[in-house]
Amino acid sequence: MNRVFPRIPSGCAISGIMNKKGKRISGVDIMKSIALMHDRSNGLGGGFAAYGIYPDYQDHYALHVFYDSLANRVTAEEFINEHFNVDASEMIHTRKVKSITNPPLIWRYFVQPKKNKLLSSELTEAEYVVQCIMKINSCYEGAYIFSSGKNMGAFKGVGYPEDIGEFYRLDEYKGYIWTAHGRFPTNTPGWWGGAHPFTLLDWSIVHNGEISSYGANARFLEMFGYKCTLQTDTEAITYIFDYLMRKTGLSLELAVATVAAPLWKEIDRMDDDRKELIKTLRTVYSSLLINGPFSIILGTRNGIVALNDRIKLRNMVAATKGDFLYIASEESGIREICPNPEKVWVPKGGEPVIGLLEGVKSI
Amino acid sequence: MTLDLSTPEFLIERNRDRCIDCKVCVNQCANEAHTYDEEEGKVVSDDTKCVNCHRCVALCPTKALSVRKYPLEFRSHGTWNAHYINSIYKQAATGGILLTGMGTDKNYPIYWDHLLLNASQVTNPSIDPLREPMELKTFLGRKPDAVKIENGRLAEKLPPQLELEVPIMFSAMSFGSISLNAHKSLARAAQEMGTFWNTGEGGLHRDLFPYGKNTIVQVASGRFGVHTDYLNSGAAIEIKIGQGAKPGIGGHLPGEKVGREVSLTRMIPQGSDAISPAPHHDIYSIEDLRQLIYSLKEASNYEKPISVKIAAVHNVAAIASGIARAGADIIAIDGFRGGTGATPLRTRDTVGIPIELALAAVDSRLREEGIRNQVSLVIGGSVRNSADIVKAIAIGADAVYIGTSALIALGCHMCQRCYTGKCNWGIATQNPNLVKRLNPDIGAQRAANLVKAWSHEIKELLGGMGINALESLRGNRLMLRGVGISEKELEILGVMHAGE
Amino acid sequence: MKRVYAKEEVCAGCKLCEVHCIVAHSKYPNDIVKAFKTGVRPVSRVIVEENRPVSFALQCRHCEDAPCTKACITGAMHRDPETGIVTNEEARCVGCWTCILACPFGAITRDETGKKVASKCDLCSSNDGVPACVAHCPNEALVFEERK
Repeated sequence: MNRVFPRIPSGCAISGIMNKKGKRISGVDIMKSIALMHDRSNGLGGGFAAYGIYPDYQDHYALHVFYDSLANRVTAEEFINEHFNVDASEMIHTRKVKSITNPPLIWRYFVQPKKNKLLSSELTEAEYVVQCIMKINSCYEGAYIFSSGKNMGAFKGVGYPEDIGEFYRLDEYKGYIWTAHGRFPTNTPGWWGGAHPFTLLDWSIVHNGEISSYGANARFLEMFGYKCTLQTDTEAITYIFDYLMRKTGLSLELAVATVAAPLWKEIDRMDDDRKELIKTLRTVYSSLLINGPFSIILGTRNGIVALNDRIKLRNMVAATKGDFLYIASEESGIREICPNPEKVWVPKGGEPVIGLLEGVKSI
Repeated sequence: MTLDLSTPEFLIERNRDRCIDCKVCVNQCANEAHTYDEEEGKVVSDDTKCVNCHRCVALCPTKALSVRKYPLEFRSHGTWNAHYINSIYKQAATGGILLTGMGTDKNYPIYWDHLLLNASQVTNPSIDPLREPMELKTFLGRKPDAVKIENGRLAEKLPPQLELEVPIMFSAMSFGSISLNAHKSLARAAQEMGTFWNTGEGGLHRDLFPYGKNTIVQVASGRFGVHTDYLNSGAAIEIKIGQGAKPGIGGHLPGEKVGREVSLTRMIPQGSDAISPAPHHDIYSIEDLRQLIYSLKEASNYEKPISVKIAAVHNVAAIASGIARAGADIIAIDGFRGGTGATPLRTRDTVGIPIELALAAVDSRLREEGIRNQVSLVIGGSVRNSADIVKAIAIGADAVYIGTSALIALGCHMCQRCYTGKCNWGIATQNPNLVKRLNPDIGAQRAANLVKAWSHEIKELLGGMGINALESLRGNRLMLRGVGISEKELEILGVMHAGE
Repeated sequence: MKRVYAKEEVCAGCKLCEVHCIVAHSKYPNDIVKAFKTGVRPVSRVIVEENRPVSFALQCRHCEDAPCTKACITGAMHRDPETGIVTNEEARCVGCWTCILACPFGAITRDETGKKVASKCDLCSSNDGVPACVAHCPNEALVFEERK
């Protein structure tokens, strides 16, 4: 799986549901929502991310891994066992679906870093885990970790998203945040790891768009140890948020003001303190401005953020009802599962829609 | 006197049907190629004196003049062409180094012309700059790795930056090598366009101090015109180590160009030769450079970014990395096709490397070392049009310096005789008769127009790529494809071949 | 009134003002070659004064209290009370050169190409627009404007 992937532009459908009180619901609704937007995908990629699905292993990193072969698994597991205490390991249960052909071996591990290895690495725990993942994904042939957060997981593959959901038996999982992605790549990836969402630790991203700043973003990220192996926008966007929020400690609000930065003429109109701050962010992280069309839903254990590019070149609609927040590429994707929302609106370009769990201050 | 073996380079053709003997050509040619024959009552020309600067052609009211390459040919020979034969005649007669002006005229590869830009189709919308915002603002200066924020407020101010409205600056050209009117033109144009011009190594004339906010003041090996007020008058200070047209050698402004104003500005006696040593004699190593960088920061209260300008030479990537680590805020790299007022011809034509490769190598190297974001990268040396700029930024430059292009906007016709001091366009001269010919009101307007026109074109090209802020193009080599160059060249440029 | 002013500091000394003055006052104002080559070449009414590097184009200042009009023995030299332009009505001029003596600027020249007359700048008043010397100055060293 350590091939060089050509950059594949793609159009997409995205959808997200969260319950602010943390009430867990099954994957049925999200599958219905993304299925309605069937025509926005072309059967070459679909996937889901769900939070709150592994309450029994809350403190473990849940690694979801694709293997090309048994031999690949054996080799990669050597590395995993060397670096982590593996408390459970199993093949992910799937259901036979007619349209899903030739899936890889899909495994799940609940792990914690080995204390001595972590100490001697002199890294933070998160950084340690990230580096281990980068190592496997870039150096271990036929092995690809596609999900690595705690109490969350990504489920993805080649096929229409509703079929992928069926395949992974998502009706049997319960989560308080669900995001989904249907992909319309303009050529065939033919590889399960290339499907979305893209995740890193707790971060998950579903994204619709084709960012024109990819080359600038990726080359900046590479300076800080990220390896953009997939050549996808979603991967780059995930790393950008990871870098800005986890590594440099920016708040969500400021991270958004960096990736969908206000125009200079808007910055000029801000009060002095704010102007200085935003100008500095835009100057220092200029290479992390995300340019070109995108609508994304970023998920973490604390909530979701939906964001459009700063001149709104992609459609995205939000709605609320009770404790639920809904986001979808099209309003119909929301009404399909919530026929009478209390509020429906079209978020402006660059203005995030933030849904936080009750009692949580920040994403 | 022995036989002079030199032959004319150019042939002046005068259409006698159109010539009205008005003598405009006579009074405009500083080389005295045209004279008025009182006896005959008509204007005559001497081909041997013509440098093909087009001054007479442009001013002739009846368009009676044209200039061609002199038709005399040597017997054709693959090795011994006219250039090499004539060079030897010249050197055999004089025993001197061959001098020339402007950048090399040899046919070295121009990589700009082997790079093609991308545009959006279907999957991603192109953006119309006439209807949508399109941002070219650029900041040059040191950037921290991370922004420090405490309680939602900025905890550490950004180091000093140059704020450019367009990613185009006027390169260093000294007062002495070019005229005061040329300096005035560039200073005013920089102010009008929200960008910067560079004093070059000859100091800043007192009349131009008011343009300080848009001025980069240079400190070169001769230290001409360097004093406290000078250092503090500009927006940034540039240490000049080298120049693309003459890497490894210094400069020499002959005494006849050091008139009263140049003398006052450079702080040297009138009529004395101004010699810039090849190296700075207080910089024999990278750690010495660090000392000068910090001396200048100290002298300017840490309020101005410090730039270091070098010529693109073989080891440019490693040198640039050293400069970044020595504390420079901006690295300026001048490619070997870059211009000059005077340079030994063989140096100009054979020393250094093309700016495209140097830029790609430096940008890649600084990224490998994880320090590219900390410094700004400015390149110059044969930036001919807006597309060259877009390509340079996509390879990894923050901004470009334009010298030759700016002079052409002021009227330069690329005759390459800057070193003679007889510039008929009032640019590369200190002769008061000639300096007057460059009206700084017109010059400023034309230089500003050029920058304006190019920034419109840059916006169009960006919009086509679906980018609405220049920073998203910076280092974005995916927006480039190579054509007709080798695997190795593609590898160094870091771009894929067209079709990939 | 609008007058022609010279910017000495940017006068290139090319004398195109003289060329175009001649053309504008010739029989062929739209054909430079013919203006010079057909018949008698008119005298330029603007003169580039030179003491290198100083140079500038000089022409009649159109004085409010023009000495030439007072000196003229026939009344040929007169100032238009409305436009303020001083012109010499060549039909009445006898070529006595008294105006030349009186002019403090030396802006009047002798024209002996035909009938002897005093020749001076008329601000190209016959064609209403910008004087030819100003229009054709390649360096904007001549301006036509109102100044106090």
